[in-house]
Amino acid sequence: MKILVPVKRVVDYNVKIRVKPDGSGVDLANVKMSMNPFDEIAVEEAIRLKEKGKATEIVAVSIGPQQAQETIRTALAMGADRGILVKTDGVVEPLAVAKMLKAIVANESPDLVIMGKQAIDDDCNQTGQMLAALLGWAQGTFASKVEPGEGTVDVTREVDGGLQTVSLKLPAIVTTDLRLNEPRYASLPNIMKAKKKPLEETSPEALGVDVAPRLTVVSTAEPPKRQAGVKVGSVEELVQKLKNEAGVL
Amino acid sequence: MESHDAQADHAAIREAVQKLCAGFPGPYWRALDREDRYPAEFVAALTDAGYLAALVPEEYGGAGLPLSAAAAILEEIHRSGGNGAACHAQMYVMGTLLRHGSAAQKARWLPEIAAGRLRLQAFGVTEPTSGTDTGALRTVARRDGDVFVVDGQKIWTSRAEHSDLMILLARTTPRDACAKRTDGLSVLLVDMREALGRGLTLRPIRTMMNHATTEVFLDGLRVPAENLIGEEGRGFRYVLTGMNAERILIAAECIGDAKWFVETASAYARERVVFGRPIGQNQGVQFPIAQAYARMRAAELMVREAARLYESGAPCGAEANMAKMLAAEASFEAANVCLQTHGGFGFAEEYDVERKFRETRLYQVAPISTNLILAHLAEHVLGLPRSY
Repeated sequence: MKILVPVKRVVDYNVKIRVKPDGSGVDLANVKMSMNPFDEIAVEEAIRLKEKGKATEIVAVSIGPQQAQETIRTALAMGADRGILVKTDGVVEPLAVAKMLKAIVANESPDLVIMGKQAIDDDCNQTGQMLAALLGWAQGTFASKVEPGEGTVDVTREVDGGLQTVSLKLPAIVTTDLRLNEPRYASLPNIMKAKKKPLEETSPEALGVDVAPRLTVVSTAEPPKRQAGVKVGSVEELVQKLKNEAGVL
Repeated sequence: MESHDAQADHAAIREAVQKLCAGFPGPYWRALDREDRYPAEFVAALTDAGYLAALVPEEYGGAGLPLSAAAAILEEIHRSGGNGAACHAQMYVMGTLLRHGSAAQKARWLPEIAAGRLRLQAFGVTEPTSGTDTGALRTVARRDGDVFVVDGQKIWTSRAEHSDLMILLARTTPRDACAKRTDGLSVLLVDMREALGRGLTLRPIRTMMNHATTEVFLDGLRVPAENLIGEEGRGFRYVLTGMNAERILIAAECIGDAKWFVETASAYARERVVFGRPIGQNQGVQFPIAQAYARMRAAELMVREAARLYESGAPCGAEANMAKMLAAEASFEAANVCLQTHGGFGFAEEYDVERKFRETRLYQVAPISTNLILAHLAEHVLGLPRSY
């Protein structure tokens, strides 16, 4: 079984982001970038399937600027076999990403695409679903467990009421939730080996996809500053305040 | 502080080390500090991930990386709030064996060291009566058939309790029979697993911070003659050649400490509100942090320059020593500023500032004190009369 894992280069989750003064987006100058944490979980799951003998090859693909190849190298150091960089600068919306992934799927013919349920920068949570729709493949989103069978994959999903398990016919799309696994960190020998693994480069044009944005960002604003709290003297006073001032009781 | 070229700066290694260190946060180090305990779990994780074999050549199972990669690894450990002193010597002590050992010795020991199955991170040089005056050391190794019989005492031998092997410097020819006082010393590789209780005794020394260091007593210890590294009588030179690497790596740890202090102080000064505004808005608070940052960056340049010279094979004694001195000064200045910025909270254990403060102070004293670095520069770079 061949697995395709899309990985996105995003602002590191530890960074306190700042909105650009003109409100057009987030300031990315000199900010630490890392692999989207949900994508790390996707890479980890693919590697575990390979270690169990269920997968034979893992291809990591990233769509983004030249530096996105560092993100691919991270996936290769964790254990992916080879990488594909679709080089493009500027904003790429989920639909364009899904179209490019569809073109890569046509070239690579994977049995399974495992990807993060969303990226922590724009929180769109669209690409996996759009890719499934474009390909006409089954999808198992928000996976907390992935069990491949014969020509199928069982995906346990985290839904509001608890857990739901769906059985998908391969080929299929799986998007990962936080509790699927805990990603490994790469060892030094594997970081060295990753430098020698093949990384091919292509472009949106070569894949025949127009990446021009369909959406216009109207404004970007920081969340309102939290106001200082007050100390209450007694339970009675707290109940009073919740009733009369906060209006939540 | 992400301002360097990613390739030259071992960015992928740094990122992976950061991830590993994230599993060993402040509370882990605080608990060890309280109990004066060795960070066995952290050392095991670093060993398993291959970092301690960074400098061992690939033919012996290591990563065969340049010194700057090892420096990056140690810098990131310290920058994360942790401390590499419990195991940094596993990276470089093997250098004596690598450079001066026989093919048979290297084939026997290095693959085991690279795999982490054998720990070689004890370096028995300093003695109670000689300190930096290595030529005056009194530990004697006397040849008796196919063994050396060793008598003497070492002090400040770090990690000896957590090491399987020790590089030991001992006098094999009496000082008055040598042309130079540093002649007649030899390097022996001691297998401490066999030696403990048979002429080798370790006594731990409790120190200002959680650092596993010992006194070593050698009393008729029998070391196989095949464990002599290189030629008899040339040991002082062999030990010296490893010192530049050690200086540069310790300097990198200081840079990591300084970055942790500057980042921690800045974060606190941004958040802490007194008199209705963040304390970092006051120049009296922000200038010392900015100054510490500038000093750290200057020292960092010297560390990189020393590593560059080392990797090119050029002489780098002065640069390695200056890097260690400047980085240790920069880290302690940053420590002091960080403590001052935190006020009373800096003294509370849960902020980690006081622990890191104690830890980083060591590096103006060990592995070489600042005065000896200045004496070296004065004599060998400036051509001034030898002062000691």
